[in-house]
Amino acid sequence: MVDVRLPTILRPAAGGAATIPAEGDTVGEVFADLVAKHPALRDQVLTPDGDLHRHLNVFLNDDDIRYLGKLDAKVSSADTLTLMPAVAGG
Amino acid sequence: MLVLGLDVWEKVLAHCLEGAPLEACGLLGGQAGDRAVAERCYPATNAAGSSRVYTVEPRDLLRADREEEAAGGELIGVWHSHTHTEAWPSPTDVGQAPDPGWHYVLVSLRDVEPTLRSFRIRDGNIFEESVVLE
Repeated sequence: MVDVRLPTILRPAAGGAATIPAEGDTVGEVFADLVAKHPALRDQVLTPDGDLHRHLNVFLNDDDIRYLGKLDAKVSSADTLTLMPAVAGG
Repeated sequence: MLVLGLDVWEKVLAHCLEGAPLEACGLLGGQAGDRAVAERCYPATNAAGSSRVYTVEPRDLLRADREEEAAGGELIGVWHSHTHTEAWPSPTDVGQAPDPGWHYVLVSLRDVEPTLRSFRIRDGNIFEESVVLE
């Protein structure tokens, strides 16, 4: 079981929870379990093609999953996935 | 309303001046609410490395979030500099503002005297709010 930490802006789509336990051996499987439990999160974290939304940062413990294989990155129990929206502008 | 500690303002301004002519950015942490208080600031790297746009380096964002949680507060907003234009959200700022609860602080370095203004951005609309330095 992996803990998925949600930023404030995504919590209403998950019943207000800040942390959600989810199962899977990869980040992609964890996301599948996450959106199965909270369907309202789907469009906010994944594209229609099932890729990660490009404005979303996902960290596996301390590391950005872009450098770990993205959705294919392996996870193990006691890992934490932290979701944070990209902060950018002009 | 956004209350900004003088030490926070000094740190924000120093980071903006150091970053010029590129846009500088960072996060604000503290207490949310109608009278939000920015008690801490977290200067960040502008991963875009640009004088026209900014992206808070994702690892700086994670670090700020963790430090702020440990300090008992939460991230309440972001600041960035406009080096050649006024302190008003650009269309890019509005389009990419993710959180209607956040305070979007702009520092303009266009004039000799730097200016700081703060905004809420909701559904594409800009609402300026008062800033109190204390």
